Formats: sequence, structure tokens, C-alpha cells
Amino acid sequence: MYQQAKRLSKLALCPVLMLLSLLSTGAWATEGAPQRWQLNMTPGVTEVGAKIYDLHMFVFWVCVVVGILVFGVMFYSVFAYRKERHQEPATFHENTRVEIAWTIVPFLLLLVMAVPATKTLIEIYDTDDADLDVLVTGYQWKWKYEYINPNGDNVSFFSNLLTDKAEIANSEAKGSNYLIEVDEPLVLPVDKKVRFLVTANDVLHAWWVPALAVKRDAVPGFINEAWTKATETGVYRGQCAELCGRDHGFMPIVVNVVEEAEYQEWMAGKQAEAAELKALMSKEFTMDELVARGKTVYNRSCAACHGPAGEGGVGPAIAGSAIATGPTKGHLDVVVNGVPGSAMQAFGGQLNEVDLAAVVTYQRNGFGNNMGDMLQPIDIYKFKKGQ
Amino acid sequence: MGAHGPAKGLTRWLTTTNHKDIGSMYLWFSFAMFLLGGSFAMIIRAELFQPGLQIVQPEFFNQMTTMHGLVMVFGAIMPAFVGLANWMIPLMIGAPDMALPRMNNWSFWILPPTFLLLASTLFMEGGGPNFGWTFYAPLSTTYAPPSVTFFIFAVHAMGISSIMGSINIIATIVNMRAPGMTYMKMPMFVWTWLITAFLLVAVMPVLAGAVTMMLMDIHFGTSFFNAAGGGDPVLFQHVFWFFGHPEVYIIILPAFGVVSEVIPTFSRKPLFGYDSMVYATASIAFLSFIVWAHHMYTVGLPIAGELFFMYATMLIAVPTAAKVFNWITTMFKGSITLETPMLFAIAKVFLFTVGGFSGLMLAIAPADFQYHDSYFVVAHFHYTMVAGAIFALSSAVYYWLPKWTGKMYNETMGKAHFWISFLGFNLTFFPQHFVGLAGMPRRIPDYNLMFADFNMMSSIGAFIYGTSQLLFLFNIVRTITHGKPVNSDKVWDGATTLEWTVPSPAPYHTFSTPPEVK
Amino acid sequence: MAGQSSAGHETYYVPEKSSLAINATIGLITIVYGASSVINDATYRPGEETNSSFILFAGLAYMAATLWVWFGTAIRENRQGMNSAQLKHSYVIGMQWFIFSEVMFFAAFFGALFYIRNLSGPWLAGEGAGAMNSLLWPGFEYSWPLMDTPQDAIGGVQAQAAAGHLANNGEFTGPGKHLSFPGFANMSHWLPLYNTIILLTSSFTCHIAHIGIKENNRKKFNLWLAITVALGVIFLYLQYMEYHEALFEYGIKLNSGVYGTTFFMLTGFHGFHVAMGTFMLLVQLVRSKAKGHFSASDQFGFEASSWYWHFVDVVWVFLFLFVYIL
Ligand code: HEA
Ligand code: HEA
Ligand code: HEC
Ligand code: CUA
Ligand SMILES: [Cu+2]
Repeated sequence: MYQQAKRLSKLALCPVLMLLSLLSTGAWATEGAPQRWQLNMTPGVTEVGAKIYDLHMFVFWVCVVVGILVFGVMFYSVFAYRKERHQEPATFHENTRVEIAWTIVPFLLLLVMAVPATKTLIEIYDTDDADLDVLVTGYQWKWKYEYINPNGDNVSFFSNLLTDKAEIANSEAKGSNYLIEVDEPLVLPVDKKVRFLVTANDVLHAWWVPALAVKRDAVPGFINEAWTKATETGVYRGQCAELCGRDHGFMPIVVNVVEEAEYQEWMAGKQAEAAELKALMSKEFTMDELVARGKTVYNRSCAACHGPAGEGGVGPAIAGSAIATGPTKGHLDVVVNGVPGSAMQAFGGQLNEVDLAAVVTYQRNGFGNNMGDMLQPIDIYKFKKGQ
Repeated sequence: MGAHGPAKGLTRWLTTTNHKDIGSMYLWFSFAMFLLGGSFAMIIRAELFQPGLQIVQPEFFNQMTTMHGLVMVFGAIMPAFVGLANWMIPLMIGAPDMALPRMNNWSFWILPPTFLLLASTLFMEGGGPNFGWTFYAPLSTTYAPPSVTFFIFAVHAMGISSIMGSINIIATIVNMRAPGMTYMKMPMFVWTWLITAFLLVAVMPVLAGAVTMMLMDIHFGTSFFNAAGGGDPVLFQHVFWFFGHPEVYIIILPAFGVVSEVIPTFSRKPLFGYDSMVYATASIAFLSFIVWAHHMYTVGLPIAGELFFMYATMLIAVPTAAKVFNWITTMFKGSITLETPMLFAIAKVFLFTVGGFSGLMLAIAPADFQYHDSYFVVAHFHYTMVAGAIFALSSAVYYWLPKWTGKMYNETMGKAHFWISFLGFNLTFFPQHFVGLAGMPRRIPDYNLMFADFNMMSSIGAFIYGTSQLLFLFNIVRTITHGKPVNSDKVWDGATTLEWTVPSPAPYHTFSTPPEVK
Repeated sequence: MAGQSSAGHETYYVPEKSSLAINATIGLITIVYGASSVINDATYRPGEETNSSFILFAGLAYMAATLWVWFGTAIRENRQGMNSAQLKHSYVIGMQWFIFSEVMFFAAFFGALFYIRNLSGPWLAGEGAGAMNSLLWPGFEYSWPLMDTPQDAIGGVQAQAAAGHLANNGEFTGPGKHLSFPGFANMSHWLPLYNTIILLTSSFTCHIAHIGIKENNRKKFNLWLAITVALGVIFLYLQYMEYHEALFEYGIKLNSGVYGTTFFMLTGFHGFHVAMGTFMLLVQLVRSKAKGHFSASDQFGFEASSWYWHFVDVVWVFLFLFVYIL
């Protein structure tokens, strides 16, 4: 309540702020992260972003000047030639010279805009000579990042919304990064040209981080290229910018730009993690371990459609499902390969073998599906190979 | 023919072939759709009043966004202008009726059941269309709810209606002008409609093609929009926007026509630069066919395409500028009075130009990488469509209502409607520029706290603007039931076009014998 | 009603009122509802008994009946002399713009074909702007007709799903054989060539019929019109044979990737239009034979159908070029 009152009182300030914005554009957006009451685009932390910002401001000011002239004449006419004051209207109704002039002048203005626009665009399209390639894949409703390593294994992980459901449902106070926080951010080295290869697994998404001046549509089956070169370290946030279904608004992007050394360290850690996972692959899990891990995976990746208690939603109920209580092969097939033409994705490429084994085991033994059987990572591996 | 009056009761409306009856039906229907689409917008704005999910779930929010866009564009604005065309074109060119009166009736009657069907998809299993009014594949194909099939066929039916309506308008204008009414003597409103009708006949079939491809992809295994089979989801966007961009000029050109009638009347001075207005309208129509990919700057077009579409889009500012300058020069040294229609017309010129400026900014491809799919775009198109088209429609209704009903609306209430609308509109949509630039994507039901302040403003503005429309409705109904009869055929002393030579209210049959135009 | 008014200008016939439109609406909306239901039932509830096909057929029948009456009324009015020259001109304009709208409908599909063949197809194979796409579709090579879909190239739908970062929607197996120009040696078995000759000829015969009626030579008119209709029927029969061959011998289906997709959609819509055109011409033939309609000065019903026929013919020429030859 108090917050709301405060907000409303700020509303009164708005007209002033709008005027201010015209005079001091730029002052509001020097920092990478968006602010409350931010009125303008951020120049961000890249050279291209700054150029886009300048272009934006240039066109904006041209429009302001043209607007002042045009609206000036208009309102002057409305005031000066009111019937009370000006009984006898003039009768002129054409003037070829004037008409030609006001065709040519806007055209010239446009030419002046087109030049820097063309230059900036060419720069945006120059994706050559990148220091690092990252494959960005949009999924309903999360991002997957894969660092393409020319020598050795790629490192990849998913980046999910972190915000608590309770905050969204208004039963808990909202944090300052409400809806723009993730469990695992993308980590990039500063001052390096990073090329993004953007694609999608299911529907269209768009990867947008204003401060990095990148927005590219993620098109299933095609790879789009984009690039950035952040000049300052920091945390930069963005969101999916193409309607992608129910949770389109809940698909944030967080990029953590760090010093080269820190990046290398992080990368080494990631690679170690991958190695560890490989080791887990050959481990024998107990039922309890599997169910515990499976529950986490389920809640993160499946509950959105099948319901937290397996009661169903977008997807059918898991509790008592013929497939989840049928032969393991059929169950695995649905989970690994998805159901083409439905919302059920192929999780074979999204989850690792350990998580797959865990989640399937969990589904077969949770929600009252007491099948009693369990799967080990190696079974998943064999299943995938056997296809 | 003679002086037969209309039939009585419901059958009058079901069986009528009279352009005035049909025009009225179109206008009432579109008003109803405006209220429906507006109610959807109110749900959107109510949900966005504060961060967090309060009123609707995301799934339903998406359906609201989609239906709001569809209903406003196809149900409110287009039929409203067709209604005006039906009423005014025969009166303005001295024709007894539309060229093909029975088909005219059919064009109208297709709409109500079609929109009923479209609205009913909201109650179907899996919900209604939830993929935005632009229905991009594959969200609208592989991932769509089953109701999409009904949506597809509803679009087909709407297309049939639009195409027949436009053919009728073309035939009327080409064939039924009174003797002496040469093309270059036609009122500007008639010109803009001739060109609009051409655009409609050219692009509605393309939309039909787009939905047909969707239908085949969903149900019959084709792969137009599926890379696995060799197609491309982006192909959908090309086909859609080949329709969609001309569509936005279909929305705005008749609005330009209205303003070109209203401003000279209340400035008591002939329209400045009539010839250049005609050429400008034609150029806009031509250019509208080669700019479609400015909606797709971020989909990964090759740079050559990007540049071509950027330059072509920027060019549209030139003929549009000519129009704006012509209107203003018409006012210059006129003898202006500010009745409600004129207020709306001036506001339309003002606010549309603001929307045009943001359009020009969007046209700059590199900058659009930051604007695209943000609320900046939402602000742009509401400035062009609400201020550009709805304000022009309000202007038209106040302008011609005395001719239609023979009664005068309440000027005070009209002015109140204007000022509240003007305030509410700007309060709603101006802040959206800011949140958009600050990074708020469109089509989201919930947002970070930093966008909260402007969103609250925007919602308050929307409720104000929405409520003012009830005043509009009240004023119209009140005029019909209790309005003061107008004492002259001409109503507005500065009016010059043919419709002001027939009695007020316009009799059921007019110009059975064509007038002679000098 | 017709004739000269006092001002010396023809009056324009405006029907008083008419229930045609409202009946046509009932027909149309029933078709719309019925067709959507039939299709949805087939996809989402296969095998289940529903009444949707009944609704669809009821709608079609209602619509057909309404159109029958509608055209009948228009013809009767014209024969009773109610139509002024001006009104007749409205019909002419109406038909011309209707054909223009059909042109644009086909343009959408041709546009799609060009886009796929010249832009997105090569991109998928990693050419030009799509350089990185070969990461997704390793081994995919583009050629037209597209015999192996990107999905085929990476090992089918299962492999696609297992690859993880690919869209998982549907199975698309390329065709076994295509229908493009088989070389001069095999040209004599190539149905599209026959169809081209037939359709081009039919445009001529249609034109001769037109000359016939303008010369007031009804015999000539009926004869050449009948020949035109017959050619239309032969065309349709050959197309049926071709489809049969394509489906059952060549393995070209709607889901054979974009080649099957564009082939069937373009030739299918064209075939549908040929059927419509043939039917329209047949109606004119019956009108002339049975009722003695049309005269040297007034043959609009036939004229309109013949424009339609020429339009369908021109579309075929483009199809022949872009679907079969190039
Ligand atoms: C009535 C509808 C209407 C109209 C008239 C316009 C007019 C214009 N629009 Fe707009 N537009 C829409 C409706 C409309 N638009 C809609 C609905 C969308 C979003 C669709 C969706 O995604 O859902 C959209 C989106 C849209 C985009 C895509 C944005 C994105 O998604 O990233 C672009 C990009 O170029 C654009 C550009 C333009 C331009 C250049 C004009 C020009 O015609 C404007 C020309 C006018 C002027 C420029 C003002 C007058 C000129 C002067 C006073 C003098 C000269 C001035 C100078 C030279 C500076 N529009
Ligand atoms: C011509 C078309 C048109 C018109 C007139 C409007 C009118 C309005 N629109 Fe818009 N809008 C679109 C076309 C239009 N819109 C399109 C095409 C989209 C894109 C959709 C998409 O993304 O797919 C869109 C999207 C859109 C959004 C973005 C949604 C999103 O991205 O999620 C928003 C948000 O504020 C919005 C708001 C409004 C408001 C407040 C009005 C107001 O002007 C409406 C005012 C009218 C009324 C309110 C009705 C009358 C009053 C009553 C019925 C009484 C009840 C009133 C109260 C309870 C106060 N619209
Ligand atoms: C985006 C929505 C979505 C998500 C996320 C999702 N599913 Fe599904 N799932 C579906 C849909 C829809 C179906 C029904 C598919 C069909 O048969 O048409 C389904 C079907 C299934 C079935 C078959 C059930 C039956 O009785 O038919 C299983 C098992 C299953 N999913 C497991 C999972 C697992 C495990 C996960 C997470 C790792 C998961 N799903 C995540 C949407 C989803
Ligand atoms: Cu992903 Cu929107
Ligand atoms: Cu556009």
C-alpha cells in the first residue's frame, strides 16, 4: 500500500520528468542496467550500442525540430486564423513551388539519416573474427548456452528463471531483479568479440540484451549470427523479445561480463563440472538418490506442463498415466524424443543422462505411480545409442 | 423506384440493399467491436497496472493481446471505414446507391457471425488464439491450440467480406460518378477509398494464402514453415507482412480522407494541394508494397535486404509529409472554428505525426534492433492507429451525424469527449515510449519493478480514455433520440461536397437522378 | 424500371430488398464452422463419430442452392431488360477485380515457392546468409526438386530429436522421384507437357466460341464452347492420373518436404480453379443450348467465364515454367 502511494505521488511529477527528458536525454541512461523512471534507450557498454544510441538521438532530434516547426505553424494557424479574428478566409489552394520544396527537404533529411544508419548496420553485420562463439538456443521457456570450443568438448548449460513463484503471485515481496534473474547466467570475457549463434528448439524467441546492443530472433532450424564486444565488466540483463507462448514474459537473460582471468577460471570450473558429470554417468544410484534428484529436475523442467503433483496441465497427468506406468521403453521414448507436433519436447538433448534417469524414475515412482523399477544413467545412454 | 421507404422491423436490416442502411449497420457493428476490443485492452491494462500476476494467467493474457489486436484491426477500424464508405461515397459522387447492392449486404452480414465465431474460440478447449495478431509460425501452427482452425476459417470469411466490399467500392467509384464528376474532382475521401479498396483487393488474398499455408502445415503435413522439411518459419512472416504492411495503410488512408474533408470545411478554405494529395496517396500505396520487411529487421535478413527495406520505408515519410503540410497549409489563413469534428481532426494530424515520427525512428534498421518488439513499437502503432484512425473516425461521426440523423449532437458533450480522450490517450501511450526504450518487451503479462511507474500511468490513462468512449456512445444515442433538428441541409457553413446538397436527414433514396457537377 | 429518366440519363437498377445475402451468409458460416470441425475432428479425434461432416455438407448444399437462385435472379433481371448499360459495366468491373484478387492469391504461393527455392533452401544448406546452418543440418545439400529434406540428411526424425537443439515437429521424408522435365528422350511420357498443350488450345477454342457468339453464330459458339469444356475435363483427368502417379509411384506426398508441399499446393489450387472454370463454362453452354441465352450484343455470363478461363490458363503457364521446368 505504502509503495503504491509513493508511486502515485511520483506520477504527479511525470510531466516535469518528461520535459526534463527532452533537455537532458542521455543523463538517464549512462549505466548499463535500466533504472526506475528511465526514459531513454541505453547506450550500453559496447561501441555499436553507443553508435545506435547516437543514431537514435540524432533521428529523435531531427523529429523534434521538424515537429516544432510543423506543429508551430499548425497551432499558430489555429490561434491566429480563428473565425473571430479572421473572417475572410484566403482562397489559395495550390503552389507548385512550395509543394516541390516540401517534398525535397524531407527527402534530403532522410538522406542525411541514411548515411550513418547504413554505416552502423554494416558494422552490426560484421560478425567476422570473433574471439569466442556461443550457441544460444531458445526453448519454451529457457535459454541454453553452448560455448563452442574449437579444441575439445563444448561446455553447455541451461539458464532458467530464478524468481520465486510466490513473488509472481504477490504473496512475497518482489526483489529488485524480479523476473530478470536466472539460475545460471551467461559468462563472457570483457573486451572480446563474442559471436552469438542464435537458434531455437521449438518456436521463435529473440535474444535481447539492451546493454549489449544485441537483439536477434531465434528461429527453429536456422542459425542467426550476432556479436558484441562489451567494454565494461558488469551484469547485464535482458528478456526474450519474441512472443513464444505462455511464459514468454518469464524468460530472462542475464549476462555476466567479467575480466578475462575470471572468465578462464569460470570456464575451467565448468569443464571440471562436465568431467564430474561424466563420472556420475557410470555410477550406480540408489532409488532414493534418483527420486530426490528426479524431483528437482521434474520441478524445474516438467512441472510447468504436467503440474507439480503430476496432475497435468498443458500436458497430460503423469499420475496414473498409461505411459508412465507402462513399459520403460515407451516412457523413455516420449521423454527422450518428445511427441512430434505437440508441446512435449524432446528432452534427450536438453537433459543429461543422469537427470533423465532420475526424472523418469521419479515419474514412475512418484505421484502414486509405484512401479518400483529404476533406471541408471547407463540405461539412458544405451537407449539413446540403440535408436 | 420512387420514394419507397424502408421495410419495417428486423427484415429491413436482414434484406436491405440500401447503402445507407448497410452503412449504418457497419458503423454500429464496428462500434460494438470497438467496445469488445477495448474491453480486452482494459483487461490487459488492468493486469499491467502493477507488477505481479493479479487478474489473469499468462495464457489468458496472450489470448487477450491477440484478440484485442485482431478485433480492433479487423472488427473495429476496417468495418468502420467501410461503413463510412457505404454512407458517404454514393452521396459524395452523386450515385443512387452502391454499384452492387445485394453483394453489399452480403459483405456486411458475413461479419457478425464470423466475429461471433472468432470470439467463441476463447471458450473452446485449449483456449482461443494466443499467438499475437501477427500469428507467427510455428507458435500458430505446431504449437497452436485446436481453435486455430476456426480462427483460420474465420480469417477466410473476413477476407471474402473485405474483398467483396472493396470490389463494390471500386465499381461504385469507377462507374457511378455523376456526370461531370471527373476523377480529379472527386472529394478526397473518395480518392483515399479508391486507393484503399485497391490495396484491399491486392492483399487480402495474400492473407488468405498465409492462413491456408498454416492450415496445411497444421493438419496435412506440409512444411512451408518447417525447416526440417526444407521450409522456413520466416516465410510466414514475409507472406504475413506482405499483407500486413499495406494493411496499416488500409487503416490510415481513409482516415486521411476524413481529415481532408473536415479541415477545409472548418477552415472555410479549399483543401490545399488537392492534386499532390492524390499523388501522395497513390505513392504511399505503391511504397506500402515494398517495405514489408521493416517488421522483420531482426529475423536475420541478409544485409542487402535490410538496406533495401530500410530505404524504402524511410521514403514513405516523403508523401506522408506532403499530406501533413497540405492540411496545415489548408488551415493557414483560413477562418477556423473549432467544433468537435475539427478538434478531433487537428488532434489526429498532430498525434498521427508524432506516431509517424516514431515510425521513422523504427524504420532506421540499426536502431530498430533496440526498439523491436518493445513497448516503443506499441506506442508507435497506437499513435498511428488510435490517434490516427480512431480520432479520425470520431471526427467523421460528429461531422456527418447531423446529415445522417438530421439532428445536432450536443456540442459540449462532444468537446468533453474530445478533451478527455486527448488527455487519456496521451497519458496511456506516451509513457509507453519510455518503458519501451528502457527495455520492456511487448506481449508480457508481468514486468520488473523498474517499469512499474509508467505502466501505472498508462493504465490510468487507458481507463480514462476507455470511459470517455462511453460518453461518445451516449452522445450519439442521445442525438438520435433527443437531438435538436438541424435547420439546414448544409449544416456546416464551410462544407462544399455533394452530400450537403441533399436534405438532412438524408432521405432513404438520394440521387435517383444524378446531379450535374460543374 | 430501366430506360431513360427525364434528365436523359439511364437510371440504375437498385433492387428493393433481397434475402439472397442473408441466405448466403447462413450458407457460408455453416461451411466455415463445418469445415473447421471436420478438419479438427480428423486431427484431434480420429475415428470418432461426429456430426461435423453433416454440418459441412448442409452448408455446402445451402450455399449451392443460394448461389443457384442468386445467379438465376441476376440472369432473369438482365433478360427482362432491367440492367442498364451502366449496371452491366458494374458487373464487368466486379469480375475483373475478382480475377485480380485471384491473381494475388496465387502470387502468395508463387512468392513462397520463389522464396524457398532461391533463398531459404540454399540457406538451410549453409549457403550465403545461412552459413552457420550446417551446424544444424550437417550433410544437407540443396537442390531442386528437393529429394532429401534436411531431416533426411541428418538421419530422420529420431535423429533430429536426439540432436536436441532442433525443432521437433513432424516427419518429412523426401520423395523417391520428381516430376520435373525428364529430358527430351522421355518427353512423350511427360503429362505436364500434354496438359500445357491442352490448356493452351482450350484458350484458343474458347476465344473462337466468343467470336462465334459475336457473329451471332450460335452453332459455332456451342460447338467451340463444348470443345473447350471437353478439353477442361481432359486436363482434369490427366491431372488426376499425374497425382496418382506422384502419390503411389513417385512417393511425392504433402509431407515429402517442401517439394511435395509446393507441388501439391500450387497444382492443387490450380486444378481446383480449372474445375471451377470448366463448371462455369459448362453452365454457359447449357444456358446457350437449353435456354438460348446470349446474343451478339450481350454475352456477359460467358465473357466473365472466359476471362476466368484465360486467367487459369496463364497461371498454368507460370506453373509449367516454375514447378516443372526451371
Ligand atoms: C495506421 C497504422 C500505421 C501507420 C500509418 C504506420 C506508419 C509508419 N510505420 Fe508503423 N506500424 C503499425 C502501424 C502503422 N504504422 C503497426 C500496427 C505496427 C506493429 C505491428 C506489430 O508488430 O504488431 C507498426 C510497426 C512499424 C515498424 C516495425 C517496428 C518493429 O516491430 O520493430 C516500423 C519499422 O520501420 C514502422 C514504420 C512506420 C513508418 C516509417 C511509417 C510512416 O508511414 C510514417 C510516415 C509519417 C511521418 C514521418 C510523419 C509526417 C512527416 C512529417 C511531418 C515531415 C517529415 C519528417 C521527417 C523527414 C523527419 N512501423
Ligand atoms: C486499431 C487498433 C487498436 C486500437 C483502437 C487499440 C486500442 C487500445 N489498445 Fe491496442 N493494440 C492493437 C491495436 C489497437 N489497440 C494491436 C494491433 C496490438 C498488438 C497486438 C499483439 O501484440 O498481437 C495492440 C496491443 C496493445 C497493447 C500491448 C499488449 C501486449 O503487448 O501485451 C496494449 C497495452 O497497453 C494496448 C492497449 C490499448 C488500449 C488501452 C486501447 C484503448 O484505446 C481502447 C479504448 C476503448 C475502450 C476501453 C472501449 C470502450 C469502453 C468500454 C467498453 C467501457 C468499459 C471501460 C472501462 C472499464 C474503463 N493495445
Ligand atoms: C511445454 C510443455 C511440456 C513440458 C515442459 C513437458 N511435457 Fe511431457 N508432455 C507434454 C504434452 C503436451 C504431452 C502430451 C503429448 C501427446 O501425446 O500429444 C506430454 C506427454 C508426456 C508423457 C506421456 C504421458 C501420457 O500419459 O501420455 C510423459 C511421460 C511426459 N510427457 C514426461 C515429461 C517429462 C519427464 C518432462 C520433463 C523432463 C516433461 N514431460 C515436460 C508437455 C510437456
Ligand atoms: Cu521466448 Cu519469448
Ligand atoms: Cu509496416
